[in-house]
Amino acid sequence: MPLSYYLILSAIMFLIGILGVLLRRNPLIMFMSLELMFNAANLAFVAFAAYHQALSGQLFVFFVMTVAAAEVAVGLALMVAIFRTRHTIDVDELSMLQG
Amino acid sequence: MSIGVMLVYGLLGLIVVITALGMLTSRNAVYSALFLVLNFATVAVLYMTLGAPFIALAQVSVYAGAIMVLFLFVIMLLGAEHITQRSTGRGHRVLSVLVAVALLAEAVIYILFRGAGVEMAALPSLPPDFASPAAIGQLLFSQFLLPFEITAVILLSAVIGAIYLTRRERQAAARTAAAEQPAEKPVEEPAEKTPIY
Amino acid sequence: MTAETLFPLVPWVVLIPLAGILINLLAGRALGERGVGLVASLAALGSFAVSVLLAVGLAQQPEGQSLLLARWMSIGSLNVDWAFRVDTLSVTMMLVVSGVGTLIHIYSIGYMHDDTRHNGDPARFRRFFLYLNLFIAAMMVLVSADNYLMMFVGWEGVGLCSYLLIGFWFEKGEAGLGNARAAKKAFVVNRIGDLGFLIAMFTMFWAFGSLSFGEVLPRAAEAAPAVLLAITLFFLLAVTGKSAQLPLFTWLPDAMAGPTPVSALIHAATMVTAGVYLVARSLPIFAAAPAAQSAVLWVGALTALFAATIAVAQTDIKRVLAFSTISQLGFMVAAVGMGAVVAGMFHLITHAFFKALLFLGAGSVILGMERGHERHAQAHDGHHGGFDPQDMRFMGGLRSRMPVTFWVYLIGGLALAGVAPLSGFFSKDEILAAAEQVSPAVFVVLLIAALLTAFYVARQLALVFFGQGRSEAARAATESSPVITVPLGILAALAAVGGALNLPGSHLLGDWLHHTVEPLVEAGFNPLTAGIALVIALAGLGLGWLLYGRSPLTRAEEPDPLAVRLKGLFTWLRRKWYVDEIYNALFVTPYTRLSQMLAGPVDQGLIDGVVNGAGGMARLLGNLGRSLQNGYVRSYALIMLVGVALIFTFLLAR
Repeated sequence: MPLSYYLILSAIMFLIGILGVLLRRNPLIMFMSLELMFNAANLAFVAFAAYHQALSGQLFVFFVMTVAAAEVAVGLALMVAIFRTRHTIDVDELSMLQG
Repeated sequence: MSIGVMLVYGLLGLIVVITALGMLTSRNAVYSALFLVLNFATVAVLYMTLGAPFIALAQVSVYAGAIMVLFLFVIMLLGAEHITQRSTGRGHRVLSVLVAVALLAEAVIYILFRGAGVEMAALPSLPPDFASPAAIGQLLFSQFLLPFEITAVILLSAVIGAIYLTRRERQAAARTAAAEQPAEKPVEEPAEKTPIY
Repeated sequence: MTAETLFPLVPWVVLIPLAGILINLLAGRALGERGVGLVASLAALGSFAVSVLLAVGLAQQPEGQSLLLARWMSIGSLNVDWAFRVDTLSVTMMLVVSGVGTLIHIYSIGYMHDDTRHNGDPARFRRFFLYLNLFIAAMMVLVSADNYLMMFVGWEGVGLCSYLLIGFWFEKGEAGLGNARAAKKAFVVNRIGDLGFLIAMFTMFWAFGSLSFGEVLPRAAEAAPAVLLAITLFFLLAVTGKSAQLPLFTWLPDAMAGPTPVSALIHAATMVTAGVYLVARSLPIFAAAPAAQSAVLWVGALTALFAATIAVAQTDIKRVLAFSTISQLGFMVAAVGMGAVVAGMFHLITHAFFKALLFLGAGSVILGMERGHERHAQAHDGHHGGFDPQDMRFMGGLRSRMPVTFWVYLIGGLALAGVAPLSGFFSKDEILAAAEQVSPAVFVVLLIAALLTAFYVARQLALVFFGQGRSEAARAATESSPVITVPLGILAALAAVGGALNLPGSHLLGDWLHHTVEPLVEAGFNPLTAGIALVIALAGLGLGWLLYGRSPLTRAEEPDPLAVRLKGLFTWLRRKWYVDEIYNALFVTPYTRLSQMLAGPVDQGLIDGVVNGAGGMARLLGNLGRSLQNGYVRSYALIMLVGVALIFTFLLAR
């Protein structure tokens, strides 16, 4: 298969992830969309690693995975904390950032 | 390349896209999580085809396993399967979709006609020990030792942070609750509650 | 004492009044009314004493001297000094200003004591004397200056004092604004003249490179005729403003809103003669511009006639004198315009005597009327209503009630009318003689003015002092105290014998002034013109007596005998030929409208609109930016995505 197959697939996944962040209000689903975007990037990394025969691309995927895991841990903890104080996790209720 | 192989790849790609869309559109967060698990598994298969078995297994165990289980756990914990959905601005949704589609189109055009990988029509034959755990380990502990150690620190701080954020400060909480009880502000209720979607 | 030791005293003519101000300002509260009056009068008297010493010095060294006090400014080629000029002309003016000023200071002690109580604010007694001393100081700067800029400082200073003193009872007058309006009018009208002075100075510096008398006047004839004409005509504008000549005379009648001593000192004897002094001082320049000379001559002559016609029909005792002042100033301006400086200065001096006397006498009459009014009001449990102590129609018969005032007023009036051998006769005769040499037309105009002068003097004397009292106040009026009558007596003596200064044959003043200015016209005594003038004066007096004295009015409501004979014309005269109305329609109203337009639509609408619009734009932009910051994370993400898409598009299209 040509490299472009993986890259286009990666792009589609990434865009769906973006739409998830933009359209959904459930922060859990927004987090899942983030994970999807990480995966899209990972897919591109692995594909390039294979086509260029450079193992460092795969190593980068490891780092992305660990950072993603850390992010999920902190993110979910944040969500629990927010839920405790505000009794909701609807992001549209959390608009304290407004100017 | 045979038609059969093409079909298999096509099917894999289709599953990836459909499960991603399923995650996006599911009204129930649990379904979303399950779609995402399926998506991750399919991507893991794609990793296999790219000569990255170690990554593929890590993907299944870490992502599809650990992380998604964590997600499901939090969903259940908070009862956040159904978030009441006030329909956000129509303009926001339309603009989001339009920009996303435009960006996708641009990406596709770039990938197909301009990118550095245009000539790479087929996967080159990889050496048998290209991505063996031994090779990965060797690289990780030699050239990438410093990033690896930093990753460890990041994970540690994430753990500490998560513990700190979710720790229930019993005395402090009781104090503030007692103090704020009379003057507690009601949480701003949404003006109207429309069914979830 | 020699001239060398006397001349350096000259700064004290300014400094002593300033010291008086300082003392009264710092210690006035402790000194009390008598102390304040004493200090102020002594300050004026000190100034007079210094002037006398200067005159003594000048008798030994008549060519005078100019004394440098300090360098004021030195900018490029412009050098201006604080320098005093001691010569016969300036010392003459100093003597008149400080002499008459001292008498008026003393008079004011008595007058203002009553006036402040009558107007209900005795605390202003001190303020009055501060202003009065300030006036003396400013006037001294004006007359002792050695250059035009320093003269301008005095010129502006006396204008300021005039403004402050006209508006002394600023909360009184018509609708509580009348006096303030009068002060403002005087100030604004004077500004027009002052602008002329400024432009003349600028032109002079441009043409001569200096403002000093000593440098400019000897070289006056060197400049181009057009430049000289410009300088002199702008000086003429300044003269018409300060000396209340046509067409800027309208402020002087309104200036009678000030207390009567002010009218006497500033608006009759001294400040208004500054214009005459200016022309006399600048005579070499005017001599080099004959066209400007005849302009000055005709302005003066026409003003003399014009103001005299108005004076005939006024009912306010001070307004008659105000228009009389304008008229007499017209005589002086005409005289200096002809180049008959000695005649002009002579009339200036005698006029200062007899007009100050008349004003102070009028003040005494007014006080007497007020006292009579109050006595009558106390007796008949006070009805105060519509009583005007200055209206001559309510007077009459004061000859017996106020005998001293009557006699001094009679002397002043006859001097003004030009009856021999009082001072006015000699000085006016010199002007007429000079006019007869220069221009028969002006001579005739001035003769008619002299006739009218005698007529309104007779009318005023008859209305005020003869017949019977036409109001309770007039019937109950009493004579004023010695502090008022003694200065009146001194002034009356001066007005009577002032002619001795320049008697035909002796020419004391003429010889004295010759050391400083060389008159263009030597106006000797001419028995024929003197005879004509005397006949004219007596005819005017007789005519007035015929109309007003023979069958005096019995009631205030009775129509004026002159009005019966002149009918419509009398109304024109009484309304001052409607000059004020014409000026209002021509200048004041359009100016007010323009100001309102600029204040309303232009300032509040356009300019404020621009400023507010700028603020509004910023606020609008801010709100626009604020609406971006809606707090919804997804909006921020969308905006970021749009940015990414745009960058990507750019990269793709590159």
